Amino acid sequence: MGWLEDRLEESVLTTTLERAINWARESSLWPMTFGLACCAIEMMATGAPRYDIDRFGAGAFRATPRQADLMIVAGTVNFKMADRVRRLYNQMPDPKFVIAMGACTCGGGPYYKYGYNVVKGVDLVVPVDVYVPGCPPRPEALLEGLLRVQDKVRAMKNLTRGQPLELPVPKRTGQVLLPPELSDADPVKALEKQNAWAAQNKEQAKPTKA
Amino acid sequence: MNASEIVAMLESRFGTRLLDRQLTAPDPFVVVGATDLVEVMRFLRDEPSLRFELLHDISGVDYLEPDPKKAATAGFTPHLEVVYHLQSFTHRHRFTVKVLLPRWRDDQPGSLPELPSLTGLWGSANWHEREVFDLLGIVFVGHPDLRRILLAEDWVGHPLRKDYEFPLEYHGIRAR
Amino acid sequence: MTATATEQDQTIVEFDVRTDEMLINMGPQHPSTHGVLRLVLRTDGEIVAEVIPHIGYLHRCAEKIGENLLPIQFIPYTDRMDYLAAMNMNLGYALAIEKLCGQQVPEKAQVIRVLACELNRIASHLVGMGAYGLDLGSFSPFLYAFREREMILDLFEELCGARLTYSYITIGGVHDDLPPGWLERCQAFLDYLKPRIDEYHTLLTNNHIFVQRTAGIGVLSRELALSYACSGPMLRASLNREAGDPEWDLRKLEPYCGYDSYEFHAVVPPFPEAPTGVVIGDCWHRFYVRMLEVVESIKIVEQGLKRYRTATGSHRIEPPRHLPAGELYLETECPRGAMGFHIVGAPGKQAVPLRVRAKSSCFCNLSVVGELCKGCLLADVPAIVGSIDLVMGEIDR
Repeated sequence: MGWLEDRLEESVLTTTLERAINWARESSLWPMTFGLACCAIEMMATGAPRYDIDRFGAGAFRATPRQADLMIVAGTVNFKMADRVRRLYNQMPDPKFVIAMGACTCGGGPYYKYGYNVVKGVDLVVPVDVYVPGCPPRPEALLEGLLRVQDKVRAMKNLTRGQPLELPVPKRTGQVLLPPELSDADPVKALEKQNAWAAQNKEQAKPTKA
Repeated sequence: MNASEIVAMLESRFGTRLLDRQLTAPDPFVVVGATDLVEVMRFLRDEPSLRFELLHDISGVDYLEPDPKKAATAGFTPHLEVVYHLQSFTHRHRFTVKVLLPRWRDDQPGSLPELPSLTGLWGSANWHEREVFDLLGIVFVGHPDLRRILLAEDWVGHPLRKDYEFPLEYHGIRAR
Repeated sequence: MTATATEQDQTIVEFDVRTDEMLINMGPQHPSTHGVLRLVLRTDGEIVAEVIPHIGYLHRCAEKIGENLLPIQFIPYTDRMDYLAAMNMNLGYALAIEKLCGQQVPEKAQVIRVLACELNRIASHLVGMGAYGLDLGSFSPFLYAFREREMILDLFEELCGARLTYSYITIGGVHDDLPPGWLERCQAFLDYLKPRIDEYHTLLTNNHIFVQRTAGIGVLSRELALSYACSGPMLRASLNREAGDPEWDLRKLEPYCGYDSYEFHAVVPPFPEAPTGVVIGDCWHRFYVRMLEVVESIKIVEQGLKRYRTATGSHRIEPPRHLPAGELYLETECPRGAMGFHIVGAPGKQAVPLRVRAKSSCFCNLSVVGELCKGCLLADVPAIVGSIDLVMGEIDR
């Protein structure tokens, strides 16, 4: 909070106040419409009725960076566009957060090798808080990215002097739930099962001869 | 009209100024020289039985094998080709016209080859020629506004050439 | 000192007290949903004197990539060109490669291709319609369109696992056969969608405010459209069936994938149900042509669903290993216009093409916006640009 930061000792009043401020901030993160390419369509789908992003408070997409506090960079960033991305980021007021949505913003994506005009990851241009991989990431993945940013906001220390920012660890491992014929508690046995299944179904997956 | 009739009309009008003709290719085409291009195109557009009102695409191709060990067995000499794809709205037929250009004007690396512009005949030629200039480095003489269209204004080089080297950095951002 | 401010030299200022030309930049980031298009407007108050579009903010070097990858590796990059109609883009490239190599895919693969492409056409037009309403200020059609689109994306997810960039139509056919029950679910969706189209007509097409904002705006004459090589709904909305213009649809003129055996119409004005004040070639007609094309696509999908049950052959044959020397230019009818692929095969038995050129329909459609916006009001510019239904991924490739 500007001049108040790091001034007050941690006490019941200040920590509760801090939690209240953080709760208010995380429940109303307003994104800026920064859809560049295909990921923009998935961002629009996240705002659409089925995967409603408004239930997390982030439904008010502002067109101007002056009123936004979350920049979802959705789509490939070019060298021609990189100057504008940086300029828009500078125009956003603090505290601001950046979600790098999609494989192109995480590290260049499919254009990594022969793309002479593609910036290999938007973190070369703006500092990124959360990376959401996928090409394009499902709306659920973008919502998870939003939740991670909310975790970060919840752990912010605006008023009190105290421990440095600790990044929260998500509770799930992120592993896919496989059906019983393919999974096993022992990872070696699970791999054997999966290889056997793949070998059995190899003929079915082959394209037929012309 | 099919391709052989179109070529017959062109030959009766232009004779030896048609440098080559190919009727057996999947897309039949004729090859003309850079100086005759505008006249041939105007004839194709305005002749009542041809009436090619649609210039769909101007495509530039760089025939170069960048690996010197494979260059001998490549099957072509290094050159640039500009391919014009035409279609008629009234008669529904399609045709292709090609122009062959050297990779550098007067064989001096750095000076770009030139071709007359077709912006006076078709409006679609404007942006297509800007794109060919941007990506392949062919200058279109007589174009009202020849500047880069897809890449940044201060980009160096013409990327679609086979001997293009990818840049190391641009405006302070690492590029490789 | 009555020199006017130009884009090149902005130090010269006009001293005439009556008019004041402003240079307004509708920058690459803007609230419209078309993507990164930059429009520089030279306006005299509210009246626009000139519009200069700047593109290239999404240039992703697809053509350079195409020269370095096998055709089957390039299919995902065609997805990302026109990402709203990815199946059609895959189809265009696959057809071009197959025609160059002289391959003929079996009937079942052709039927599945038609089903996928027409469903994607419906989805793409829905987004175009919703986004156009959003540009003009009405939010509800956008949400309704996305609700219907999510159902189509569910069907596509069962087919190939992806919601947006499918890479489903490959060289030699389609990647996988239809899963069991898909035909019934597709028919159920079509039965659900047909009454919804009338909802959209009430919301937008016959809406008094929408008609006022789009009627007579951005009128594109047929000669100008042909000179700028416009195609697709943009060209069809400027044609007049009663004046003798043909049904200019590539699915009818140069049929591929068996389209000549399906019964459908290419949508060409005039429309007897058009409200008063609309002119052939204006924004309203471009919008309405897209709405009617959705109805035609529904018809084609229904015929395709019946045809699949009796189709012979498999869903995929092996792709060719080498490209022959020679070149080919093939155009297919994408939702936005005629998408052309010019493939040049290198001499010798090469697997990688020498040149892959994608001619984008929106590229030609956008180039005419400078002519369309001369003399219109400032608020008409998003109406005109929205009616072209742009996707910047296709323009910049």
